Amino acid sequence: MPLTATSRPALWRLARMDFDPVRRRRVLLYPEGTIMLNATAAEILDLCDGERTVADIAATLSARYHTDVSQDVTECLSRLADQEVIRDGAG
Amino acid sequence: MAPGNPTTLLAELTHRCPLHCPYCSNPLELTRAHRELSTEEWMRVFTEARALGVLQLGLSGGEPLVRRDLEQLIAHATQLGLYSTLVTSGLGLTRPRAARLHDAGIDHIQISIQDAERESAERIAGTRSWDAKMAAAALVKELGVAFTVNVVLHRANLDRLETIIDLAATLGADRLELANTQYYGWAMANRDALMPTRTQVEASEAIVDRAAERYRGRMRIIYVLPDYYAAYPKACYGGWGKHYIMIAPDGRALPCHAASQVTTLTFDRVTEHPLDWIWRESPAFQAFRGDAWMQEPCRSCPRKHVDFGGCRCQAFALTGDATRADPVCIRTDDRAIVDAALAHVEAGMEYRYRTMGRGPGQGERQVRTDREQPPNGAVVQPLSSAAAGASPAVDPRSGTASPLRTRA
Repeated sequence: MPLTATSRPALWRLARMDFDPVRRRRVLLYPEGTIMLNATAAEILDLCDGERTVADIAATLSARYHTDVSQDVTECLSRLADQEVIRDGAG
Repeated sequence: MAPGNPTTLLAELTHRCPLHCPYCSNPLELTRAHRELSTEEWMRVFTEARALGVLQLGLSGGEPLVRRDLEQLIAHATQLGLYSTLVTSGLGLTRPRAARLHDAGIDHIQISIQDAERESAERIAGTRSWDAKMAAAALVKELGVAFTVNVVLHRANLDRLETIIDLAATLGADRLELANTQYYGWAMANRDALMPTRTQVEASEAIVDRAAERYRGRMRIIYVLPDYYAAYPKACYGGWGKHYIMIAPDGRALPCHAASQVTTLTFDRVTEHPLDWIWRESPAFQAFRGDAWMQEPCRSCPRKHVDFGGCRCQAFALTGDATRADPVCIRTDDRAIVDAALAHVEAGMEYRYRTMGRGPGQGERQVRTDREQPPNGAVVQPLSSAAAGASPAVDPRSGTASPLRTRA
């Protein structure tokens, strides 16, 4: 599922985010899989609610950091979509 | 070499099992019920594992449902924040039991299926089991937890691969793991009868590719290639002692579920040492960390950080020396051993069914199975379930079974 600016990414129903106190970082857990999230990826995933579009998420985070982060957002979401841990909520 | 933190712990709660699968990967010497760890011991191991960084817990066997404390163990894992997976045959999963597992917080249930049709499936399992498995699948679906169907592939079911995939979809699986047999434990005793033909293996990939496309977004398909037919070995769990710990029913901690057959190693028990010490300091976990242990051709091989010399257990099983290259690798002269095994493929088709307390040749049941029509069969595809990035995420195409599964 290639993501576009109008996709509405949502976390896979069977995946959940958690905080790992041992590694002191957030993690994404799903069947037979673990992804250690960096701070950026965690912030992006927090906004993947199936309502916001990729463009909305990029705009929100760009405003937060006063710089255009849309390319980072697109790359991060595409990687997660390739692993099927996020799905297009609109599709 | 200082290890990082493990991510995955597989708890083999018991060796007791109602099935008699000819490809069982459990050791030839099974642990009796009275030697299994107690409830309290397992709970302590989970707590220690979480403190060590483990995030994924597999509850396997044998058949884990025969443990009456399973719900209690799952509840403890849930409390610790572990993502829990139950690996079951489905036999013994009644409606009340399913509800209790759900209440305890189980995240993911895997049910094994032996084939797409009753007669063959029950012949492979060595017992009546079809109806119980179909009912168990329906129950898991009702619970709404993550649901995986596991199928071990071999010569007798590969020709029905496409039907197997469709059955898993009909059962409503979120994931389907199609793993070609790996030859450890009991499976080694049945290797000639289980080994697929090259035609089957080649046909299987196209079938899986098509099915992955067909079921995209609904059912994720993971395909584990048969490593004997590969040019390079699998990268076992991302390297020895790197991400993964398996605890045997008697409390021995192993870097891999097949490691107990490496008889040159001694495996320490969680009843005698803290898990932290076992992970960081014990000789068995340190034995093949890093690459200092390697011989040629691994030592100077550019792939040594890709596949880590392959499977140590397989190197030991086939050459008697766990520091040699995995004989699957085309860069070692030992590849002749694997080629000789493949040359045998058209040999007999007799299964040696396993029963508790009997080793091979000690009076196990032997049943001649139908001679399967070889060619043109079905089968398999690869889709990465591997969580890129972190974790024991192993490329399914490299032929590595998923970390939580030791048998189906």
